[in-house]
Amino acid sequence: MRLTQGCFSFLPDLTDEQITKQIQYCLQQGWAVNIEFTDDPHPRNTYWEMWGLPMFDLRDAAGIMMELTECRRVYGDRYIRITGFDSSHGWESVKISFIVNRPKEEAGFRLNRQEASGRNIRYTTQAYATDRPEGYRYI
Amino acid sequence: MLQHSPVTHEAEADPLPQGAVDLRQESEAAGIAGVLDHLDRDLVGLTPVKTRIKEISSLLLIERIRSRMGLVAVPPTLHMSFTGNPGTGKTTVALRVAEMLHKLGFVRRGHVVSVTRDELVGQYIGHTAPKTKEILKKAMGGVLFIDEAYYLHRPDNERDYGQEAIEILLQVMETQREDLVVILAGYGDRMDKFFASNPGFRSRIAHHIDFPDYSEQELIAIAELILQQQNYRFSADAREAFVRYIALRKTQPLFSNARSIRNAIDRMRLRQANRLVANLDRSLTVADLERIEAADVLASRVFAAAATTRPDSHATGARV
Repeated sequence: MRLTQGCFSFLPDLTDEQITKQIQYCLQQGWAVNIEFTDDPHPRNTYWEMWGLPMFDLRDAAGIMMELTECRRVYGDRYIRITGFDSSHGWESVKISFIVNRPKEEAGFRLNRQEASGRNIRYTTQAYATDRPEGYRYI
Repeated sequence: MLQHSPVTHEAEADPLPQGAVDLRQESEAAGIAGVLDHLDRDLVGLTPVKTRIKEISSLLLIERIRSRMGLVAVPPTLHMSFTGNPGTGKTTVALRVAEMLHKLGFVRRGHVVSVTRDELVGQYIGHTAPKTKEILKKAMGGVLFIDEAYYLHRPDNERDYGQEAIEILLQVMETQREDLVVILAGYGDRMDKFFASNPGFRSRIAHHIDFPDYSEQELIAIAELILQQQNYRFSADAREAFVRYIALRKTQPLFSNARSIRNAIDRMRLRQANRLVANLDRSLTVADLERIEAADVLASRVFAAAATTRPDSHATGARV
C-alpha cells in the first residue's frame, strides 16, 4: 500500500530534478530545509529521525541534494522526507513536507479490532512493518 | 526526430542555425561587458589580472555558444587561485569574478562565501567534516573564497584536522564542478609551498592568477579614487606630501598596498577633523570640509619614524 503523507504523495514519485526545484522554491521563500527519515510510517508518527540539523542560510538546492544523496546511501531502505520550515512568525513552522524516498515494498497497515465492554469495538491501525524491530523493517 | 536522448533536449528546443551566432549580441545578452568595464574602472592597475579575467570570460562565452550549437562541451574547470601580497585586491576581484560567472551562467546564484581556516576546520575529532560540509552547502551555486588557504595545511602537525577539510574540499571540487567554484587566495610564496605539499589542489585548479604589487603612481591613483568616493580631495601640497608618504611607507614593514592606503586616508580624515575642530570660532565652507591639507598628511608617524631612523639607518622596523 502506497504511503500518502505530505505534499505530492498522490503523484508519481518526484524525480531528482523535480525535488531540486521544490527545494529551490523553499530556499527562495527563505525557509530552512530539513531531511528526516523513519521506518515507522504510522500517520501519527510525526517526529521522524533528523538527518543532521536543519539547513539554514543556503542559497542553492545542490547543497541539500548532496545531503539527500548521502542520506539515501545510508537509509535508502526507509522513508525519507524533506521539510521546509518558515520562521517568519517567530517560530519554526512546517510549510511543506514531501516524501523523497520509499522502501521498495510498502506493506501497508493492519486494522486491529478490540472488543470492549458491551458490544463496543475499538479500531486501531498498525503498520505491518512495525511487527519487526527498528532497523529490520524494510530489509 | 532522430535523437531521443534527454541530454540534448535543450539544443533541440532552442535550435541555433549553424554558423549564425552574433557574437556581439551574445556578449551583450550575457551582460559581461558591463562587469568587465566595472572591473577596469574601479580597480587601478592590475593589468595582468584584468587580462586574465578577460581571457577567461572570452573562453566562457565561447564555451556557452558552443554548447548551444550542440558541440560537445565538457563543463570547464573554473577553480582559481589568487596569489599576491596583502591589499592587492584579491577579494574585490573574487566578487567581480563571481558576478561574471553568474552572468555567463556558470554558477547559478553568484554569491560569494568568504571563509578562512577557522570556518572550515574543527577543534576536535569529528568536528571538521560537518563544519566543512556546512560551508560547502552554503557556497553551493556560488563561489567559495578561501582566504589564506595555506593555513589549511599544517606540515608541522600531522594529526592536524586541516587535512580532513582539504580532502572533503578536493572531493567536492572534483565531483560537483557545476555546483561550486572554489577560489583559493593567499600570499605567493606560501601558496607555492601549499600547492607543493598538496598536488591534488594544483591539478584541480585551472587558473592561477598572480596579483602584482601596486606601483607608487597606482597607489596615488587609488588614494585619489578613495578620497573622491568619500568627497574629499588633496590640496596641492597635501598630494605632494602624500607622494612622499607612500615612498616612505613602502620601505616600512607590514605594508599592505591598497589596504595601507585606505587606513592612511582614514587617519588623515581623523586629523583633518581634529584640525577643523581645534578652532571653534571660524565658519567652515564646503571647500574646507573637502580639503585634506599637507599638515594632515605630514602629521603621520611614518614621517616621524623616518626622521628618527635616518641618522642611524639600521632600525627600520621601529614604528610605534
